[in-house]
Amino acid sequence: MRVAVCVKQIPDPASPYDLDPETHFVVRPTDQVLDDTDRYGVEIGLQLAEQTEGTVTLISMGPSGNLQGIRQALAMGADKAVIVDDASLQGSDSLATAGVLAAAIKREGFDLVIAGTESTDGYAGILPQQLAELLEVPALTFAKKVAVEGDTVKIERQTQTGYDEVESPSPALVSVTAGAVEPRYPTFKGIMQAKSKPVDTVTAGDLGVDVATKQKIVSIRPAPERASGELIEDDGEAHLKIVALLEQAKVI
Amino acid sequence: MATTWVFVEETEEGPATVGLELLTKARAFGGELAALYLGAGSDEHFAALGAHGASKVFHMAPSDLLPTASAAAAIADLAGQHSPDLILFGLTYTDRDIAGRLSARMGKTILSNATEISVDGGAVTVTNEIFGGMTLVDTTFESDAPYLVIARAKAFVAEESGGGAPEVESVAMPDVGHSGSARVTASHAERLEGPKLEEAAIVVAAGRGIGAEEGFAVINELAMKLGAATGATRAIVDAGWVPYSKQVGQTGKTVKPDVYIAAGVSGAMQHLVGMKDSKVIIAIYKDEEAPILGISDLGIVGDLHKVLPKLIEALSNR
Ligand SMILES: Cc1cc2nc3c(=O)[nH]c(=O)nc-3n(C[C@H](O)[C@H](O)[C@H](O)COP(=O)(O)OP(=O)(O)OC[C@H]3O[C@@H](n4cnc5c(N)ncnc54)[C@H](O)[C@@H]3O)c2cc1C
Ligand SMILES: Cc1cc2nc3c(=O)[nH]c(=O)nc-3n(C[C@H](O)[C@H](O)[C@H](O)COP(=O)(O)OP(=O)(O)OC[C@H]3O[C@@H](n4cnc5c(N)ncnc54)[C@H](O)[C@@H]3O)c2cc1C
Repeated sequence: MRVAVCVKQIPDPASPYDLDPETHFVVRPTDQVLDDTDRYGVEIGLQLAEQTEGTVTLISMGPSGNLQGIRQALAMGADKAVIVDDASLQGSDSLATAGVLAAAIKREGFDLVIAGTESTDGYAGILPQQLAELLEVPALTFAKKVAVEGDTVKIERQTQTGYDEVESPSPALVSVTAGAVEPRYPTFKGIMQAKSKPVDTVTAGDLGVDVATKQKIVSIRPAPERASGELIEDDGEAHLKIVALLEQAKVI
Repeated sequence: MATTWVFVEETEEGPATVGLELLTKARAFGGELAALYLGAGSDEHFAALGAHGASKVFHMAPSDLLPTASAAAAIADLAGQHSPDLILFGLTYTDRDIAGRLSARMGKTILSNATEISVDGGAVTVTNEIFGGMTLVDTTFESDAPYLVIARAKAFVAEESGGGAPEVESVAMPDVGHSGSARVTASHAERLEGPKLEEAAIVVAAGRGIGAEEGFAVINELAMKLGAATGATRAIVDAGWVPYSKQVGQTGKTVKPDVYIAAGVSGAMQHLVGMKDSKVIIAIYKDEEAPILGISDLGIVGDLHKVLPKLIEALSNR
């Protein structure tokens, strides 16, 4: 099975990212990391590829920088990566991004596409569905478990009150929730091998896609602040403060 | 705005609340207002849509297929016939699936995570919150209508308008071939106890600070005493301590209770967006640096395993 896993390099979420004051785009430093959300997709991709003697190809769009995030995913065990790095794609909306990723995935060939349910930095949370429509495949979304049996892809789809069992024939797209699996840590050998694995850097032109972004940020402003409250150290009586506040709020 | 459509999914309790919130909001835009309703449907459900402002309902009845690809195609066809100006969705799984596919099918961008939608003549501006709600971003469309927007739950309040029964038009779900071939083979629902998280007047939420799965017992006990619903951070949902249905935040539920008690919750941006509009926020945590302090009315630096049992006792003695 040929598995394509969509992975995004993002600014290290340990510190909040900046928005460019002119363009309003996210400022993307050279050393971006692998979006934590995508480690689950990579892990599931690797498990399915191992089970079916298949391959895992990483597909990414964005400035490649020093490729730190892509190498993290390669070190986990993915076979190769295709990254679409093209200055003209800066500030792309989700649909434009989906158009580019679809072209890259089609060029590689696929039986299964895996993506996260929403990214950490943009979290529009619609790219997988857009991608599935462009690739003309079913979207098995919000999966907390994924299995492949022959030509059938089966998932447990998270719902508000539990989960549904959903299946379709391949080729298909699956979006996976965080926490679906325990992503493996790269081994030392994996990290060494990742350095020489193929990374194909291409432009939109190379893929023959022409996409346009149809939304524009017009302003960025601070939200009205919430008045800050009281901070106390528990001296053994803090619970009485809570009781008083509950009374004041008239809920007890 | 000449014509607004609101997608509304049927839930076990009838039309999804977020759909009714969006219908209420859309009334303010003026013009025609219709609901795109996905579910078995009933006169009672259609009346609820009418009461929230829809004068027309396009009714799509699903089969055992996952309805998303087919519903997106049906809506795209309808949009081709009727040329709506604005189509609104809620930030739920089914809504996101249909909105995403519709967007790609029609070649129209989507603005997601909306907490405010403003209409000025034919122009639509969508506001969303970033950095845990500290910063607001206003975005506009640079394409032609229809404009697609996905809004967060509880961004607007659902109120009836006194509208009568709407005209209901049944819409066939087209066969979209392989794209629509996903099938639902079984459904599993948890039995939920106590008040619903989204509707409870008090929410007691726990984070990793409870230490272990067993630590949730004291949270349950306090909730029981207060008639509260229990909530959780994603950290303890991912750890498998509590089910996903309890998750509050960006990828969970949005709540606005009278009182939100957070125990052992650090207050990550993605958690704050789901609860920061609670009327009173009380937080108990170990370290003084936790960001939840910034939005708390009462912050207690202490051990939740000491504070909460005493609180439960004090409440029992009342
Ligand atoms: C604060 C903010 C708000 C935004 N709001 C919107 C909006 O409302 N509408 C809109 O159209 N765009 C929006 N964008 C732009 C959008 O984030 C980018 O277009 C992005 O490349 C794709 O969307 P996402 O990351 O939100 O994807 P999501 O749909 O959240 O991502 C789901 C999954 O898709 C895959 N994926 C996403 N992007 C890439 C990529 N570049 N390369 C490889 N895989 C990828 C990953 O597996 C990811 O886990 C916003 C950006 C920011 C910073
Ligand atoms: C795309 C994306 C979406 C996300 N969506 C969500 C979401 O919907 N909801 C959500 O909650 N998170 C979400 N997250 C995760 C979020 O970023 C945080 O990781 C998570 O909220 C942290 O959970 P926590 O507060 O339980 O844990 P921690 O950050 O580890 O905080 C635990 C706190 O407990 C305190 N503590 C420890 N012991 C005690 C004690 N005995 N008594 C009192 N206090 C104690 C600690 O001091 C600390 O403040 C998302 C992340 C991403 C990337």
